[in-house]
Amino acid sequence: MQGNVACAEGALAAGCSFFGGYPITPSTEVAEHMAQRLPRKGGTFIQMEDEIASIAAVIGAAWTGARAMTATSGPGFSLMMENIGFAVMTETPCVIVNIQRGGPSTGQPTMSAQADMMQCRFGSHGDYSIIALSPASVQEMYELTAAAFNLADRFRVPVFLMADEIIGHMRERIEIPDSVPKVERKLLKQGVLPFHPDDDLVPGFPQFGKGYGVHVTGLTHDERGYPCATNPRVHEQLVRRLVEKVEGKRHEIADYRVTNPDAELVFITYGSPARTVEQVVHDNPGKEIGHLRFRTVWPFSENALREFPNARAFLVPEQNLGQMAREIERHTSVPVIRLPRFGGALHTPGELVAALEGLK
Amino acid sequence: MTFTDWLRADRLPHIYCAGCGNGTVINCTLNAVDQMGWKKEETVFVSGIGCSSRAPGYIVTDSLHTTHGRALAFATGIKMANPALNIVVFTGDGDLAAIGGNHFIHACRRNIDLTVVCMNNMIYGMTGGQGSPTTPPGALSTTTPYGSEEPAFDLCELAAAAGANYAARWTSYHVKELTHAVLAGLRTPGFSFIEALVQCPTNYGRRNKFRQPLDQVEYFKTHGMLVEKVRRLHEEGREIPPDTIVLGELARRNRPAMGVKR
Repeated sequence: MQGNVACAEGALAAGCSFFGGYPITPSTEVAEHMAQRLPRKGGTFIQMEDEIASIAAVIGAAWTGARAMTATSGPGFSLMMENIGFAVMTETPCVIVNIQRGGPSTGQPTMSAQADMMQCRFGSHGDYSIIALSPASVQEMYELTAAAFNLADRFRVPVFLMADEIIGHMRERIEIPDSVPKVERKLLKQGVLPFHPDDDLVPGFPQFGKGYGVHVTGLTHDERGYPCATNPRVHEQLVRRLVEKVEGKRHEIADYRVTNPDAELVFITYGSPARTVEQVVHDNPGKEIGHLRFRTVWPFSENALREFPNARAFLVPEQNLGQMAREIERHTSVPVIRLPRFGGALHTPGELVAALEGLK
Repeated sequence: MTFTDWLRADRLPHIYCAGCGNGTVINCTLNAVDQMGWKKEETVFVSGIGCSSRAPGYIVTDSLHTTHGRALAFATGIKMANPALNIVVFTGDGDLAAIGGNHFIHACRRNIDLTVVCMNNMIYGMTGGQGSPTTPPGALSTTTPYGSEEPAFDLCELAAAAGANYAARWTSYHVKELTHAVLAGLRTPGFSFIEALVQCPTNYGRRNKFRQPLDQVEYFKTHGMLVEKVRRLHEEGREIPPDTIVLGELARRNRPAMGVKR
């Protein structure tokens, strides 16, 4: 199965019933597969006029209670930024798939990249936090897409599947489970203000059409949902909660894989560079080469770095100039070695071995 | 029920300026919605950004106050995901025809079952009076200090050409006719577009020789002409004054529509 098709199948398994999208290489197969499969499952596929409208329709659908998703790549991702901020501010659960390609601008439509990792985290204006997952196999395209819906519903945030062209277009054999775990979206209890958070800092969801009579606005709002855009205290409380409900749970949300925790030289990866590192580790049996692979990229869990107490260097192969390497540097005194390889070519095992040799 | 039962009393007073025409349009729209006998829990108001788009915040139903220009795209998602919901979109000339122009023509093309009420004040009111796509040629605004040099959009023609099932234009003077037009729009399956010209004394009127709010309302009254009369004059080869505001139903048809309640 192709990675993009596995993504669509993972979404369907998770109960996704709405897809709004716009064709863009290298993500289009996700939309095509949804166009074929969703109507027959009683869901809705709609091709919108652009990516701004796609994410808008997804957010609208989410307010009717649907599990809703879109898929895109660089230029479309850029267009979505304003409405992603709207989803954050209105606490709308939704899933956004980015099959990353080379940028800036039109860049390399058919070539792989991981250069939108910071845009995904910070691309919309204002302070906020989101959740982003990064699959490194076709199996994970399926699993992590399904998981993304659960995280979106639990935390009421946009959740990103930050894949890359290599994983999206890769074909691998996968195992499809009979069912995937499902977290129900917590509905608002009667008598509670619509934006009054529970202990987990997440308010219950006042789904449209259920009689809540909720006003949902991208303006700074109080717990009634009413605009309150000039009160510094209300704004600060709201933004702090929107960030804290995610960042405060970052170690719980964390999802990573550890290989050879006693190693001194440790590769840190997410997405397709993990595959090259796995080859290097496979070719060099023993415990000398460590590998930390993030499946959840944002929020960043610094605890993952502590899994390698003997680390002398963290080597970070990425398909960008070192976006996550910068984040890793913020959390450790261990030297972080950037190993950028972009333009569409993936690191070769030889390159990574050479990087190790230079540190021995 | 009456239209006041649809208002969110604890949100009043509203933010509109003294003399603004938007309140009239909200009243007419709620009157029409009330006459439909819809249940509040089955009705959703959606809007973008601008003075017009603050309206859903004063209405008791579920409502989505979205980003600038994108109300129709959000509304499309709501309607396609749950066609059982009745959806009314409030928008303005800048929101709909400038930043949201693409979504407007595509929502018309899809002929999706929404009713869109556009409060056309021919200006960006919220931001202090800049020229919009419907600012008439020659009109003064903060960004057209020497008079607008651009032609204005005819929003109803645009809606009709793009495929909407219903398009009508009235003004804040014609409250009965406007209410009837909204009602006709609500009853029409598919995309219904109602343009309501409104006075903006704060940012349009005072720069364009309408010193009092009612001066502009008076202008709507004296310069409005029914579309039937306009067509008749045209057929008879008689002159139609260039500043005529064409009023009435400009499109009504029954093309296949999307998102209609099953």
